[in-house]
Amino acid sequence: MTLPLATLSTLAWRNLWRNHRRTLIMLIAIAIGVWAMIFTAALSRGMTEQMVRNGLQTLPGEVQVHHRDYRRDPSVANSMAPPAGALLEALDQPPVKAWAARVRVPAVISSERGSRSVTLLGVDPAAEQALGSLPETIIEGRSLDLADDTGIVIGASLARRLETGLGKRVVIMSQDPDNDVAERGVRVVGLYRARLQGDEDRFVYAGRSLVQEMLGIGDAVSEIALTADDYRGVEGWYPQIAAAAGPELEVLPWTELDTFLGSILAVQDGFTLVFMVVVFLALSFGLVNTLVMAVFERVREIGLMQALGMRPGLILGQVMLESLYLLCLGLLLGNLLAVATIMPLESGIDISRVAQGMEMMGMSTILYPALHRFDMLMSTAVVIILGLLASIAPAWRASRLDPVTALNRD
Amino acid sequence: MSDISCRDLCKTFHQGGDTITALDRVCLEIEEGEFVCLSGPSGSGKTTLLNALGGLDTPDSGEIAIGEHRLDGMSRAELADMRLRHIGFVFQSYNLITVLTARENVEFIMQVQGVPARERTRLASGVLAEVGLAGLENRRPAELSGGQQQRVAVARAIATRPALVLADEPTANLDSRSAAQLMDLFVSLNRERGVTFVISTHDARVMRYARRLIGMRDGRIVSDERQQPIAMDI
Repeated sequence: MTLPLATLSTLAWRNLWRNHRRTLIMLIAIAIGVWAMIFTAALSRGMTEQMVRNGLQTLPGEVQVHHRDYRRDPSVANSMAPPAGALLEALDQPPVKAWAARVRVPAVISSERGSRSVTLLGVDPAAEQALGSLPETIIEGRSLDLADDTGIVIGASLARRLETGLGKRVVIMSQDPDNDVAERGVRVVGLYRARLQGDEDRFVYAGRSLVQEMLGIGDAVSEIALTADDYRGVEGWYPQIAAAAGPELEVLPWTELDTFLGSILAVQDGFTLVFMVVVFLALSFGLVNTLVMAVFERVREIGLMQALGMRPGLILGQVMLESLYLLCLGLLLGNLLAVATIMPLESGIDISRVAQGMEMMGMSTILYPALHRFDMLMSTAVVIILGLLASIAPAWRASRLDPVTALNRD
Repeated sequence: MSDISCRDLCKTFHQGGDTITALDRVCLEIEEGEFVCLSGPSGSGKTTLLNALGGLDTPDSGEIAIGEHRLDGMSRAELADMRLRHIGFVFQSYNLITVLTARENVEFIMQVQGVPARERTRLASGVLAEVGLAGLENRRPAELSGGQQQRVAVARAIATRPALVLADEPTANLDSRSAAQLMDLFVSLNRERGVTFVISTHDARVMRYARRLIGMRDGRIVSDERQQPIAMDI
């Protein structure tokens, strides 16, 4: 014998609205709790994604190919031949969407007023543009045109520190493969602005041919950076690049190139889940109180149902269903509220006034909340599972009421 | 089925440091189709006896059988099934589920029993009309008078055609006119359907309707008389 779900549903739904005010207050509490879970997760995801994207832009790429000894000693001595054969074939087909071969060496840049240690990048502008690794904003002058461009593009902050500017000549110095000093006087043709001021100070862009010629390395390059626009799924596709590169070269995903950056994603999901559980634990006290009060107020009616022949299991089911309705309504409202508040903010929240030091963490002062379906599903699962667990006690208590005692309750 | 048999029923309650004897070796036989009133002052044990007969309360010792079903020794779930299938209840107050309409209240037990929806609706409409509530099916308890609420409770109690209806002080909260109407309804159901009624009351007006009047005091049956009902010409 089972009571049709329709009957339990009707009873649960109507009982829910016996005390409108209490139910509404609880609904608002659940909705705000759910909204807080999703909104905080969206902010946190936005920050994380931004950190990862900024990090990938700086690396650059989701995968890099190097000489096997380059990471141990990132000098020009550990350069490699430009991609050819199977590697070139792999780079030119999906899932790879863009790649660039570059020379990357530590260098010193000097103006007439000062010197700074920098990372000199000899790039092919067209390939770097496709990779998305060139500076986004040229504030003065121009960007590099071709791989054999003879000018240099430096960060605005570096220019300030060197007290130099557009059109001025600077000297760049590095070591050639024989450990001799290689230097070249070049003219500043462009100043760029980066999202992170540290990048402006650190990276200097020159044509790849100019740097290769200065270092005397022929057409050798230091690294090949590539992207498939799928940084989360990199573990799935990078092995085929590694196989094409062969054992002489080292192919690493971004998670291993920058282990800090790699660990962020892993920590993110755990942090979001813990936060959601903590928020709901606070909420669950209100939920339990609501259900206990709802049961307490209709002890006689529950006694009547039992007297009429409703089994304890059905009483338990009815109270649990009541809780489920409350949770589902709260979830619906909370999710709608989250979508309504996060979507308009996805173009960015300027937090520069309160978080000027954020770039030290690899983040910009514009925060981009990221609404993920996974977070909405996770908050739903947390609320339903913990909510029903919290409801078991009052529901069990209702089901175990003695009908005679319940019917005689004042 | 509705033959009721009790043997040496005992039930005590503990209140503070005192032990109260609610039933003291009660023996009772009620035959199918009888119209019985349990009378006595408050605390005489009539409600406790009624609860024991309905499987709502478990005696400390003794035997209860309704038809061929022994109630003593049944689990909570088995007692719930017994009440659901064979016994109708009418209580003094708080008889109805307040969030359900009159029709839904009547259909409630049938839903628990698994009666198909169309059959439920047909039975509920018929029985509500039978108790004089045609047209009021969709009202909730708060929209009905006390007498009308008791009639809904009676309709619910008889809708599944139980052989036994137990009523605990059913007229206690009703005015004289409503009480008379309710008792007339009980009598006609007893006569026309052969439903066995056991009613606990200390209202002399109700006792006049009984064909058998059992008096209780201090948990014991002190009188058991058959009488000619005087409230109706039967």
